[in-house]
Amino acid sequence: MNHMADVQSEVYKEEARELLVVLEDSLLQLERSPDDIELVGQIFRALHTIKGSGSMFGFDRIAAFTHEVETTFDLVRNSEIPVSKELIDHTLQAKDYIKLLLEAPSPDEAPCEQDLKTLIGSFNKLVSDHKEAKTQPPPNTSTTITSAQGASSSNTPAGLVTYRIRFCPASDIFLTGTNPLFLLDELQILGECKAVAQTNALSSLEEINPELCYVAWDIVLTTDKGIDAIRDVFIFVEDTSAIHIETVDNPGGAAVEEGYKKVGEILVERGDVKAEELKEALGEQKRIGDILIDKGIVTGDRIASALAEQEQVKEAREKKAKEEAASSIRVAAAKLDKLVDLVGELVTVQAHLAQKANSQADPELVLISEEVERLTGELRDNTMSIRMVPIGSTFGRFSRLVRDLSKELGKEIEMTTEGAETELDKTVIERLNDPLVHLIRNSIDHGIEPPGAREPLGKTRKGLIQLTARHAGAQVHIEITDDGAGLDSARIREKAIEKGLIPPDAEITEKELFGLIFAPGFSTAEKVSNVSGRGVGMDVVKRTIDALRGHIEVESEQGMGTTITLKLPLTLAIIEGLLVEVNKDYYVLPLSSVEECIELDHSKNARRQDSRFVNLRGHLVPYIRLREQFGVRGDIPDVEQIVVTGSEGNKIGFVVDQVIGEHQTVIKTLSRVYKDVDSVSGATILGDGTVALILDISKLSQVGRCEGNA
Amino acid sequence: MSVTSITNTRQYLTFQLGNEIFAIDVSNVREILEFTTVTKVPQTPEFMRGVINLRGSVVPVLDMRLKFGMTITERTVNTCIIVVEVSFEGDTTVIGALVDSVQEVFELEPEQIEPAPRIGTQLRTEFIKGMGKRDDQFIIILDVDKVFSSEELSIAQGIKGEPERMAV
Repeated sequence: MNHMADVQSEVYKEEARELLVVLEDSLLQLERSPDDIELVGQIFRALHTIKGSGSMFGFDRIAAFTHEVETTFDLVRNSEIPVSKELIDHTLQAKDYIKLLLEAPSPDEAPCEQDLKTLIGSFNKLVSDHKEAKTQPPPNTSTTITSAQGASSSNTPAGLVTYRIRFCPASDIFLTGTNPLFLLDELQILGECKAVAQTNALSSLEEINPELCYVAWDIVLTTDKGIDAIRDVFIFVEDTSAIHIETVDNPGGAAVEEGYKKVGEILVERGDVKAEELKEALGEQKRIGDILIDKGIVTGDRIASALAEQEQVKEAREKKAKEEAASSIRVAAAKLDKLVDLVGELVTVQAHLAQKANSQADPELVLISEEVERLTGELRDNTMSIRMVPIGSTFGRFSRLVRDLSKELGKEIEMTTEGAETELDKTVIERLNDPLVHLIRNSIDHGIEPPGAREPLGKTRKGLIQLTARHAGAQVHIEITDDGAGLDSARIREKAIEKGLIPPDAEITEKELFGLIFAPGFSTAEKVSNVSGRGVGMDVVKRTIDALRGHIEVESEQGMGTTITLKLPLTLAIIEGLLVEVNKDYYVLPLSSVEECIELDHSKNARRQDSRFVNLRGHLVPYIRLREQFGVRGDIPDVEQIVVTGSEGNKIGFVVDQVIGEHQTVIKTLSRVYKDVDSVSGATILGDGTVALILDISKLSQVGRCEGNA
Repeated sequence: MSVTSITNTRQYLTFQLGNEIFAIDVSNVREILEFTTVTKVPQTPEFMRGVINLRGSVVPVLDMRLKFGMTITERTVNTCIIVVEVSFEGDTTVIGALVDSVQEVFELEPEQIEPAPRIGTQLRTEFIKGMGKRDDQFIIILDVDKVFSSEELSIAQGIKGEPERMAV
């Protein structure tokens, strides 16, 4: 495979992955509202594009398989097969299989040949079942059709419908190898079709660039194939070309109410219609409009007011469509990372400039420096916001997980989500996926009881899992709430003593007790299922969240349910830090874990060097001397400072020479040469150009605790 | 006899550590900096002097004198940091080498380079690519990928890093 083809197939894969997400999403929605024809259309289009582009880029197996699924959905779209649970089950499986094919190392390889055959078999069965049903027409088939018509007349091929299509190809359409005339030919196949070329964009011969397309077409098409068939013709050019499809007349079977709508639409069109176009549709327009006014059902004034309203709606829609078209540009993640790096450097340079300007006492320079500071701040915030993506896409993935798992475990579970629009840094979201999967699995497996056990407790049969995301200051809180059995604190205590995590007579709070479920190897599940219960995982969840500089909190009431809250920083690139100094070396502690700073006065403590505790309002807080921890030589000042941090609910102090103050910390990774140094999580550059190290508080606390025990 | 891995004329940058002259292939050298403030990273061996700010990126600096068993580099007007690109665990990494002074860039023909002697230098022979001869003086050509290899940097770290890793 040459390079070009490689790039293209990568592009295809990326596009197909996104379409599969859309497909899954729509399928799950369709399960909830099986009458939504729009959703069926969406699914069909996704399948169609996967198939079409697949065969274009040599993914023949995907194309062939997707074709089978598409055929079935074509029947669904035409309301010949009802939307059923089997259909959705099979299609979800098919989606998984397409994904499998897509990720296969070579497009010619077919993993799990057997699955493929079963799947195709089940689709064929769906189709043949329907055919049998059709030969002995049961009354309910026809009701499906009529109800579908009621839902959306434009989608159902109820007899002949006339459409007006305005097709304005992008001027560079030839460059993509598309010949618009072929598209017109395709339309011709669908039904009776008249196309009028709009040539007013054509300039004089000398100015014409033969590689550009200047012509647009207005097409009037009468067909019984439905609007989706027309959309399918334009499926590969719809992103770049302007395509308007409108129903002009629907004489066959549309309800009278829709007749009103039609007149309105036509009237709207009349306002901006061109003469040639008008001539095309004039006959029908006049007829229906006249009939309605003649019958006295609608007065001219009413039509005028409806016209104004319609126009507004139309404008609003077009505006929205334009916004949607402009609102997304695909950019490689690496470019964004580079941009964030550059902005980080700029922030550093700006800090240097500010420092210099303030020491120069030149008002003009100070002014410039302040202006740069303002711009840098805005630039930084904007750049950070570019990397922010809504968490909704991740939430969407979980509805499938909940659906499959609850089926597997024989439980009835409903998942609701809230705050899907909450934005988080892309990297955070990517790394958050696995922990969330794990927590949701846990809720389903251990939390929610089977329906039989729920009813005697006065709960609804259906268990409820709620995923909530919201902003809280510079953090995002993600909550996973279930209304299941809750955590059994007595059982956790028993288990913790058994595992030697706490002494038998330990007095610990409920919160601390719940914290123990994140200890490695801890599981209170009576039996191990393939879903969870092995006790691996919760510690991994904790580690991942720690790595993201986040915290986990557990609240639970026995019998009522559990809430797990993940508190995460908005971004990984810049943090608020507390700058401290030890023997002229600077260190940054993440401000989010700092609780307070107190003095350590040696004259008062009578130099009790062996004591490693400080009395903080009646509580003993252990501390670590960074000086000793890092082997720093030099004189110890008489008064040192203790920075008290609240890492993992346990307070621990770090003794430093001096606390400098808050610092906007642009995080730089340390060279890989230092990969074995775990007390430092990164570095940052200070205003004067020197490097300060960012300390990893939780790692340092662990080291301190182990030394304390030894 | 020449060194088999060196087949064409190359340029070398020479620098001085104490009284000895060393050389490295200029293709490895990215730039030469004055000695600036170095921030020590805790739990690292003494020869790893720390990190510097190289126009926004954080670059580690190694004291070549300590690395080769001499006394610590003292700061003088001639003290320099040679920024080199080395292949570290398969990736290109930038590392700063702290040296007493930088001399010059010159060309050496392959036949002017002889294999490293087995004895007679304080240096481990795997660090030496060859011995260049110039004006009756021998110059030790270093193999930077070997000097700054992950084994060289992490073994030394391992001794100090081990207790922490056990504790975690």
